[in-house]
Amino acid sequence: MTNFPITTETKAATLGATNAVFIGRSLRHSLRNTEALVMAIALPIMLMLLFTYVFGGAIDPGGDYVTYVVPGIILLCAGYGSSITAVDVAADMTNGIIERFRTMPIKSIHVITGHVVASLARNLLATGVVIGVALLVGFRSNASFWEWLGAIGIIVLFILTFTWLYAAIGLVASSPAVASSYGFALLFVPYLSSAFVPTETMPNWIQGVAENQPITPVIEAIRGLLTGNLDNSNVWWALGWCLVILLGSYVWCTWTFLRKAGSR
Amino acid sequence: MATAFAIEVSGIRKSFGKQVVLKNINLNVPTGKVFALLGPNGAGKTTLINILSTLVIPDSGSVLVAGYDVVTNKERVKQSISLTGQSVAVDEMLTATENLQMMGRLSGLSASESRIRATELLKYFDLAEAAHKRMKTFSGGMRRRLDLAISLVVGRSILFLDEPTTGLDTRSRQALWNIVLKLAASGITIFLTTQYLEEADQLADEIAVIANGHIVAQGSAEELKSRIGGEVIELRNENDQIIREFPTDGSMEGLKRVLDQYNGSFSDDARVSIRRPTMDDVFLDLTTEKQEVSS
Repeated sequence: MTNFPITTETKAATLGATNAVFIGRSLRHSLRNTEALVMAIALPIMLMLLFTYVFGGAIDPGGDYVTYVVPGIILLCAGYGSSITAVDVAADMTNGIIERFRTMPIKSIHVITGHVVASLARNLLATGVVIGVALLVGFRSNASFWEWLGAIGIIVLFILTFTWLYAAIGLVASSPAVASSYGFALLFVPYLSSAFVPTETMPNWIQGVAENQPITPVIEAIRGLLTGNLDNSNVWWALGWCLVILLGSYVWCTWTFLRKAGSR
Repeated sequence: MATAFAIEVSGIRKSFGKQVVLKNINLNVPTGKVFALLGPNGAGKTTLINILSTLVIPDSGSVLVAGYDVVTNKERVKQSISLTGQSVAVDEMLTATENLQMMGRLSGLSASESRIRATELLKYFDLAEAAHKRMKTFSGGMRRRLDLAISLVVGRSILFLDEPTTGLDTRSRQALWNIVLKLAASGITIFLTTQYLEEADQLADEIAVIANGHIVAQGSAEELKSRIGGEVIELRNENDQIIREFPTDGSMEGLKRVLDQYNGSFSDDARVSIRRPTMDDVFLDLTTEKQEVSS
């Protein structure tokens, strides 16, 4: 064995370099976690086909259900895709690597930022798949370029909101398995909205919940933008809900990270 | 910064809730030496190493690492140290090279510097063949070597190793010891914790023994061995149950002292046997002594 190659001491990594490294790391994880990646792509396809060909005929015999359901499936898949973040974050917090990051002269909280960016990339891919399959099975939109852009903007905001929420859940969870089961529970929220059936068809007491929960205005805003009968108030409600939850989740995340991974 | 002591600990106390983990720890680690903190599970080794490496804030007392206070000047301390924790902290989804490059970038190296450094370290740690394999496929010994390599991506002057060989087989342990000795020869200050007397003996210039949150003994391996190196005399009753054990220093003089001391306390039927001391005896001996001194 040769003598140990000594290096001189260096200065700390810049914020930009730190973020770039953590984003690159999380993207690599996403690409290599084959099961999760396959699910992220297969789930939208399966749900799209299921809702169009199995449930669609019963819900809307006219065959237009596909146009109605696209925003719902986009959000359902985004919710599922974001929930992976909880597992990734919980794994980092429990397997010892966070201790190493914390003893390095960097802001270790950016490890979470890396997972959030990777989640956004994964979910935009899934959204692309949903829209692609939807077009193949008969979805048609008369939306302008700007309306598409608006819809995608709301989808991005929704993904970020859910991802930060799941990141906080991952931080709070005691293990990746626990994080995964918390995540599962949240995935039922879209069903209690106007995502798959109009809220008018629900019993009164559920209607009250469905119409006033955050997912409904998000769904209605995206649907309105894509199908051309937009009610502006839905957009404001969607933005408001997302920003409030996003901010709350971000604060929850930062606070939990500092409490758990800060000095004790 | 070239101070005489790389680490200066004075009056450290730490509790988690009602559990007191460290009770007034004082120690100095000379620059450029290997220092071993030897103790059983639950003695407070990891808590102390976590305090020294800025992960945990002590309740009271002060710690200077490389001349900087670990509480008020944490960022400067982090630039002087590197920690290899008890659980292997490598990224399972990445290859050995990617792990090293990632840590290089996070430590302020450029992309090309990280690449060069990764190649250098893989060669040095005998991991070149596994450079592009994912960590999942690595054996325990390889993981530990990579874990240590990651800690050395940039030249920190103080290296913390928390139980570096726990769970390794004899051959991997020997390989890791060789690396630590090489690192020590290159002038890095190494602070390691271990539960193995042999490991402290092989590697350390100076050893502190910790038990129940106290430093119960401190000195070179030779000094400690001469204190605890003698045989243990066991007294058993007629049912072959141990009545009493006491350590001796191995000399005739010591044996006489033991016999004088216990003369008449036990029945003449007691059976006597002699055995080599185990680590348990060492801790038992040192902790008992400590209580006697403090009472």
